[in-house]
Amino acid sequence: MKKARYRVVVIGAGIMGLSTAFHLAERGITDVLVLDRGYLCGGASGRNGGGVRAQFSTETNIRLMQQSIRICESFATRMKINVWFRQGGYLFVTRSAERGRALEATVKLQNDCGLPTRLLEPSELGTIVPELDAGGIVRASFNADDAVVFPWPFVWGYARAATDLGVEIETYTDVLDLRTRNGRITGLVLRRTAHDEIASWDRLGPTDARDEAPPSFAEVSSCTPGERTEIECDEVVLCAGAWSPELARKVGLELPNHPHRHEICSTEPLKPWLGPLVASLDDGLYFSQSARGEIVGGIGVDPVPPGINQRSSMEFLARYTRSLVRMVPRLASVKVLRQWAGCYDLTPDGSPIVGRVEEPSNLVLACGFMGHGFMMAPVVGKLLAEHVATGETSELFAQWALRRFREGRLVRETMIIG
Amino acid sequence: MTEKSLFCRCEDVTVSEVEKAYGEGHHDIESLKRYTGFATGWCQGKQCLVACARFLAERSGTMPEAPITPRPPVHPVPMGLLAGLEPSEGDT
Repeated sequence: MKKARYRVVVIGAGIMGLSTAFHLAERGITDVLVLDRGYLCGGASGRNGGGVRAQFSTETNIRLMQQSIRICESFATRMKINVWFRQGGYLFVTRSAERGRALEATVKLQNDCGLPTRLLEPSELGTIVPELDAGGIVRASFNADDAVVFPWPFVWGYARAATDLGVEIETYTDVLDLRTRNGRITGLVLRRTAHDEIASWDRLGPTDARDEAPPSFAEVSSCTPGERTEIECDEVVLCAGAWSPELARKVGLELPNHPHRHEICSTEPLKPWLGPLVASLDDGLYFSQSARGEIVGGIGVDPVPPGINQRSSMEFLARYTRSLVRMVPRLASVKVLRQWAGCYDLTPDGSPIVGRVEEPSNLVLACGFMGHGFMMAPVVGKLLAEHVATGETSELFAQWALRRFREGRLVRETMIIG
Repeated sequence: MTEKSLFCRCEDVTVSEVEKAYGEGHHDIESLKRYTGFATGWCQGKQCLVACARFLAERSGTMPEAPITPRPPVHPVPMGLLAGLEPSEGDT
């Protein structure tokens, strides 16, 4: 940190925080500090499947993601970094008649919003993925506009563009406490973290049982003394994903979202053969071929160990490969190179929690993105910067506000994978 | 050693690319991995991790704090084999 006071402090240097910081700087607010407990790409922003799609079930998400895809298309040219953007579309499939009917309704909504999504009969699947075994599939939808990216350079792109404009990013820096006075945050108490503290979310200790939660960050960090500093700020934007509830609690704010481990794996690289990202609405299976050639995918596993847990399980590999090999039998001989896990940040109604809260009045939230934070960050970061800079609340952020849970105005999104 | 000398043979990452990343402020193994993509290919770091540790030690004068978290499986495994597992065999 170069200064003792900042106009805006963003907690969390994931894609949401970095996109927000970049857009703040673009609007002329460069007195911005972005903090992260770990390293860039260490959280969900570096652990997701890189899917970018507009096939959603609410008009809000469909329209937002249309804009996000447009931003992704020109990101490489604009940010001067290769993000391996590959527009092969998204193919949703289901073996259930009931989900098939729901899919018909969402495709109609998507078409009304201007998406070119097509409903497909099982017999048409072969035209898009000839290797797919369509057995049992009753309905599918395809939007050729959806895409995949490689998440890491996307994060670096925002980080570099933001720092070029004067934003500061401090990694390995934990927020120990948030100082408040008269209903406002006045400052932050920070501490340097060590690499081992961050890695503890990923690693099994010798005595760990399967369902035992890893030690909480507070437990690990309290015994590791690090250099402490205090800074002051005018405004705080909380973009810490699955870590948001624990940080909000430091100012007495209880958030209804919670972390949920989601696993993923990657195979040896193959020459390009798979066009779209394929996703099943039945078991949450999804897989795509990255521009690097690997088959990257995951599946829903429930229940998962509670809390922040980024460890890998054999159960995931068994479920994922079973479902995948059933859908594409030729993949049986392809080898898994590595698996890893990250945390979805789940809310009770499937929609994010965004915008300024009532108290502390200078705290802006951007969390609860349900595993869609990465793909939404290009557009949401821009809207957040506008919200912070102008102080105005858009219709969208009013809809996504924290108080909807108190007032019972929930916003249901059902097209969630994994 | 030339500009084109390989640092990570699986992902074609050169020594000069790692030096450039270091120059841009990436001074730990996890960040270097995510910035350059080294250790994400066939060997998953079995060949290049030591080179990275040495690279950092030479520049900072101290040993790096920790290696990357190793990702399962230890060796590549065909998906057909994994698909035969019972989905209840515990965390790895």
